[in-house]
Amino acid sequence: MPAIDAWLMLSGTIFTVGLVGVIIRRNMITVLMCIELMLNAVNINLVAFSHRLGSLEGQVFTIFIITVAAGEAAVGLAIIIQLYRLRSSINVDEARELNG
Amino acid sequence: MEQLTASMPLIVFVMIGTVAVASSILVVAMRNPVHSALFLLLTFLCVAVLFVMQKAEFVGAVQVLVYAGGIMVLFLFVVMLINVRHLPDERVLSNFWKGGFLVGIAVFALFVTLVRPGVYHDENANKSKLSTVRDRVVINSTKHPGSVGHKRVTRHNVNSEAVADALYTDYLVPFEVASLFLLVAMIGAIVIGKRELSAIEEETAPDYMLARVETEREVKEAMNAGN
Repeated sequence: MPAIDAWLMLSGTIFTVGLVGVIIRRNMITVLMCIELMLNAVNINLVAFSHRLGSLEGQVFTIFIITVAAGEAAVGLAIIIQLYRLRSSINVDEARELNG
Repeated sequence: MEQLTASMPLIVFVMIGTVAVASSILVVAMRNPVHSALFLLLTFLCVAVLFVMQKAEFVGAVQVLVYAGGIMVLFLFVVMLINVRHLPDERVLSNFWKGGFLVGIAVFALFVTLVRPGVYHDENANKSKLSTVRDRVVINSTKHPGSVGHKRVTRHNVNSEAVADALYTDYLVPFEVASLFLLVAMIGAIVIGKRELSAIEEETAPDYMLARVETEREVKEAMNAGN
């Protein structure tokens, strides 16, 4: 079994990729997908520590995170659909009515 | 042969981990959102394999069902629904992509400094707790014939039951709050996503939709008249 640092590095790498994707992409759907990537990286971390410490808490919290991710995806995609109806575009930098 | 069996988890970890990282990079790199969604699916499946490797079979199954089954379908559905046409020369990156890469490098450097090899020692923790439940079983008492007693029976390799045990005892309140959260998220998604018929669309809207709008208006008027 790989050591705990290998799992942490893997999850850190996926988290970084998701973070970079959230910042650099213009397509709002891809940004939402990158947020799901980051949540998944956190799940890897929690399950790895659950396995290392031999306690179930990590797995229970992973289930809660999956629940929150499902709700977040549903509401986020509804917002994207409504924005597309309003502006015929889902680029992040074109929705700028709220900036100051 | 024994050596190969012993190093098998490491081989699987390296292979699946490589695929997971590569496909997550491709999620960010693909122009077409459909391709991104399919690579995201691949990442989710790899992560599910990694969960199963760490005695988290139930979480792995939930990962496949909820993420790969539910959320991916939702994403693909929305991608097909809004049907954005991208011009070939359209920019994919936002204006501050340089800053994004800088932040990425900084965060990755932070992770590398935090997770140096040897910082975390692998303890020999009792890993049997992850998949063990203790049942209270009714037995016939041996001391007093005719009466019943209780006995604790430990069962192993039942990860789903262990997780369920924790969810329905120690984490009952968060569990119920999560169900309430899902209800609120569902109502919110419906309310935000539903379309109001505008005057322009009424000409092109199908008849049954117009009939429904008409019925709603009549019901509202009747209620107002009643008040």
